[in-house]
Amino acid sequence: MAFMPVKFNLQKRVKLAQGLWMIYWLSVIVGILLFGLGIFFKIELRKRSEMMDNNESHLVPNLLILVGSLACGLNAFGGKVCHDSLDPIKFAKWKPMLKPFLLLCCGFNALLLLTALLCFLMQFAVYLTLAEGLKNSIKFYKDTDTPGRCFMKRTLDMTQIEFRCCGNNNFRDWFEVQWISNRYLDMSNDLVKDRVLSNVEGKYLMDSVPFSCCNPGSPRPCIQHHLTNNSAHYDYDHRIEELNIWTRGCREALFYYFSSIMNSIGVLIIGTIILESVDMAGLKYLTTALDTMEDPENPECESDGWLLEKGVKETMGELFAKMKTLGKTNQVVEGEDAPEG
Amino acid sequence: MVLLKIKFTQQRRVHLAQGLWLLSWMAVLWGGVIFFLGVYLKTELLRRAEVMDNTEIHVVPNILMMVGLASICTNWVASRVCQDSMDSTRFPRWKVPLLAWFAVSAVLCCLLIAVVVLSYALQGSLEQSLKVGLRNGIRFYKDTDVPGRCFQKETIDRLQMEFLCCGNDNFKDWFEVQWVSNRYLDFTSKDVKDRIRSNVDGRYLLDGVPFSCCNPTSPRPCLRYHLTDNNAHFSYDYQSEELNLYSRGCRQALTDYYMELMNATGPGVVSVIFIQLSVLLSLRYLQTAVETAMVLEDPEGDSEGYLLEKGVKETIEDLKTNALTILKFGQVDPDAAEGSSEAADIEKDEKDAPPTPAS
Repeated sequence: MAFMPVKFNLQKRVKLAQGLWMIYWLSVIVGILLFGLGIFFKIELRKRSEMMDNNESHLVPNLLILVGSLACGLNAFGGKVCHDSLDPIKFAKWKPMLKPFLLLCCGFNALLLLTALLCFLMQFAVYLTLAEGLKNSIKFYKDTDTPGRCFMKRTLDMTQIEFRCCGNNNFRDWFEVQWISNRYLDMSNDLVKDRVLSNVEGKYLMDSVPFSCCNPGSPRPCIQHHLTNNSAHYDYDHRIEELNIWTRGCREALFYYFSSIMNSIGVLIIGTIILESVDMAGLKYLTTALDTMEDPENPECESDGWLLEKGVKETMGELFAKMKTLGKTNQVVEGEDAPEG
Repeated sequence: MVLLKIKFTQQRRVHLAQGLWLLSWMAVLWGGVIFFLGVYLKTELLRRAEVMDNTEIHVVPNILMMVGLASICTNWVASRVCQDSMDSTRFPRWKVPLLAWFAVSAVLCCLLIAVVVLSYALQGSLEQSLKVGLRNGIRFYKDTDVPGRCFQKETIDRLQMEFLCCGNDNFKDWFEVQWVSNRYLDFTSKDVKDRIRSNVDGRYLLDGVPFSCCNPTSPRPCLRYHLTDNNAHFSYDYQSEELNLYSRGCRQALTDYYMELMNATGPGVVSVIFIQLSVLLSLRYLQTAVETAMVLEDPEGDSEGYLLEKGVKETIEDLKTNALTILKFGQVDPDAAEGSSEAADIEKDEKDAPPTPAS
């Protein structure tokens, strides 16, 4: 007793073939979109790799690129099969390939599911990499004369300007780091000597932030230095001042950006899974409808189409039995060994 | 004596009609491209409208948009004419509209050439407009509490950060303006009082710039205040320091940006001119070839196509006399009123007679 059988006449078969052909080409476009998104995500990760200590995992974009190209290939093949399906001569040469193709599509759907899961789960990894990377970026801000780190200042400044953020958690991260290089400090000055001697590691620490933390929307010209000293500036209270510098931390800002990209890609992949399942179901119906034609010479005859030849439980049972026999052929069966040996 | 005569067989006419149909649809597409170029240019100009004093430069994108739309319509009409040209019952109705079409098409080509010329000619006007606009922007930078000007600070800051520029001509423009509002100045401080008394207008001037002038590529954390005082900062020389602030002025930066944008649209506009001219010439040939074939009462046979029925000079003379006759119809001349209308009738008869022997 077939699973979800449907009766088909010639017109229904033709409509199914045409509709399926269009859905396959739509799936090819979606595959191209996934490929493009994979490349876009890879480029974005590369652009911000300095903020992540050059340590970020490119697993998700690489997988997306692979999945996108696979989707294009599989769906284009499916479209070709649909196109040829109404011509019995052309269809005969595709017939033997259909069962492996459907199995391949099942495997592809599983891969898509894995990619979607990774899209949602890898966000934690991105968060941790960002936290570590930004901490190091702030530490190396002043090293504009060290090869390999000389562009850290520029990158961090442009990131803070672009993402409207300051520091790792917030602007106070800048108070704990020496972000002015010793080249620009007058070590003979008393003030400088006081600050350097005021902490164990001999760092020149200040309650100031770089200019890239400034908020252009503030009505007041930006106050960068002596942020915690109310008397250093006229009519200034650092506890209630909100608009002067960006209050958001860059880790939060960058994470929000990447997680929104990954969430959208995840949703698109779930849509692709549904689309692929529809493709597979349609192809199964089409092939069974063409196979069960009572009179192959007469295209007008009726036929049945189904998803599974027997019910779900029976098909599952058969599958398990097959897998058991596959396992058994490798086992050495004691009784039969002697005559062969 | 016709201008640029070409012989057309039936097959050639059909090929011409098909080719022209494709060409006119391509021209429709290009017209759309020109329209969107105009829209994009206008959007970019409107985005920075706050730092521009006048809108003279907007004539370039306005003409582009107008020409784009007109080009879409005229070339669509051309494709309809092509479709009807092979049908001798439907083609005659296009006779008069085609004259109007040629005129409109010629006007479009002239407008496109005008756009190319204007985009260079208006550069001076754009610079002047930016000069005044930026000067006002810098002057009103501090007025974040005055309604109507409260966003000048944010606009100028974002502009300087985006276009990597500082001030109008250079960063020294900020030294001549009070850009810190009085609300944030402590008038009991000696330093503030000195500075205010140091100039006639009583403004708080300093040799400092806003943070948006800072250049992130500088190896040194940004120095914004006491820029002309070498002793105020360690290892600092005002004359030789290059990377600390943006050295370019915003007027130059914005002018360069808009000129680049308009130069980029240049090739598109020139190619549209060529396409429009080819559509015009091909349609004229098609029209004359089909009409000649219909007049010879052998729609399938050979015919001649030409650009102008008579030479250039004679056609211009004809156009002049036609224009004058139309003007005479409008004039009130009581004495010769009847005489002029009779003369006009005779002229009209004379006009109708010549075309037949020539074709």
